[in-house]
Amino acid sequence: MKKLINSPDTVVRDALRGMEAAHGDRLRISYDPYVVVRADAPVQGKVGIISGGGSGHEPMHGGFVGPGMLDAACPGEVFTSPTPDQMLEATKAVSGGAGVLHVVKNYTGDVMNFDMAADMGKAEDIEVETVLTNDDVAVEDSLYTAGRRGVGVTVLVEKICGAAADDGRSLQDVAELGRRVNANGRSMGMALTPCITPASGEPSFELAEDEVEIGIGIHGEPGRFREHIGPASQIAERLMTPIVEDLPFSSGDKVLAFVNGMGGTPLIELYVVYAEVAKLAQEHGLTIERNLIGNYITSLEMQGCSITLVKLDDDMTRYWDAPVNTPALRWGV
Amino acid sequence: MSITRDGVVDWMRRFAGEMDEHRQELVRLDTAIGDGDHGTNMDRGMKKALEKLDAADQADAGAALKTVAMALISSVGGAAGPLYGTLFLQMGTALSGEDEIDLAAWTAAWQKGLEGVQARGKAVREDKTMVDALIPAIEAMESASDLDEGLRAAAKGAEEGMRATTPLVARKGRASYLGERSKDHQDPGATSTYYLFKSAEEALAGSG
Repeated sequence: MKKLINSPDTVVRDALRGMEAAHGDRLRISYDPYVVVRADAPVQGKVGIISGGGSGHEPMHGGFVGPGMLDAACPGEVFTSPTPDQMLEATKAVSGGAGVLHVVKNYTGDVMNFDMAADMGKAEDIEVETVLTNDDVAVEDSLYTAGRRGVGVTVLVEKICGAAADDGRSLQDVAELGRRVNANGRSMGMALTPCITPASGEPSFELAEDEVEIGIGIHGEPGRFREHIGPASQIAERLMTPIVEDLPFSSGDKVLAFVNGMGGTPLIELYVVYAEVAKLAQEHGLTIERNLIGNYITSLEMQGCSITLVKLDDDMTRYWDAPVNTPALRWGV
Repeated sequence: MSITRDGVVDWMRRFAGEMDEHRQELVRLDTAIGDGDHGTNMDRGMKKALEKLDAADQADAGAALKTVAMALISSVGGAAGPLYGTLFLQMGTALSGEDEIDLAAWTAAWQKGLEGVQARGKAVREDKTMVDALIPAIEAMESASDLDEGLRAAAKGAEEGMRATTPLVARKGRASYLGERSKDHQDPGATSTYYLFKSAEEALAGSG
């Protein structure tokens, strides 16, 4: 295993030190417990928005902390959910009197820890609402599993809810909007290579040199099937068809198309995939009103990508366009 | 014979020792069907719990278990933090103020712990989780005639429960995404739970 780290035991702390060195003017970083907070939090009268999850998916979530998006993020150990005391600390730090929204990806650990944190927040008289993201269509028999995983839609929920909170919307409104984005969003990912967590030093799964895994999770969870690698056009089609059929998206829909890199895939390949996504969207009669292309919800050094489509309404589009000023997402400022 | 505060602290010390010793085994089991962090997380959490146990006097067995619970909840993360944290929190609450714990009180505390774990994680028998070690261990305690027998039978029950997870298809947690591919692997959570009962037997049986 070759990695640019000092030690597997300090990788999360060392990366946070880097964030503090780079963005200390606008982010406050605490180390016990780990919390990344906007420097000017809490914003009085605004709904506070926090998220969190295991590390290893950067820039999610710490890179999305700032005006127009998250007020705080709780980084866990690599691929391990953060703990309730981190979430409680973040909740208190961003509570400006209008309540706090927790954006939670549907993983067993994240859900249980955020549940405990929401109870603890309520015990301190802070109103807490939760939006659970579960947009991964690769999980088919969700009745017999922990359910669909939260992936690409999470980034879009954080951006859109962040703008709605800036606009002075109430906690219930912002939560309802977040649930609507999730309900209208679907994603699926694929991997060319596995990833290696610093603690284990071993690949998370085995994949032959000429094989791809279609439907991969962001921690290397298995997908729907493996196959011999084909051209990008075939891979894009493998991901787009289940996404379009699942919602279902139908001719005339206006969508946001998000092509996300898993961390180890260069942008040139993501644009190759986006060209195929645009072509397929057109064939399905979908109008891509907005797009996002890049590495936003990664899986360490995994090579691969995910595609997310969200059916937009006017509120979503307006809040997507609103200014955002975070380390990883920045426009309109 | 009965279980005292010092016995409970010794039990936790032995459990921490087991988590340190079997860290790589648990990582290996979890890498096969989960995300590979169970051994490191439990080892980190129990080391933190020992620090907290040593830092202050524990009023009674219940207080000691609550101290362990809070340490796990605030340091483990993942699913194991809330689940083991809830188990010890419920047991600690049930044993609060008890100086000499007999078989009935011990069994009742475990039942409360199991209820807590199932409320938090929604797992039932044969979902391939720690519940599959907890239930047979507690059933064995219920049919024991004295504490010593109860401790030994519980460890045996947990071991059998742990082994019986191997052919199961996981329906909870990250292993559930593997579907049929989760078969033929022993569940890491049931395995750490077996070590919990094994260390209870070693720390507490035959001491009275």
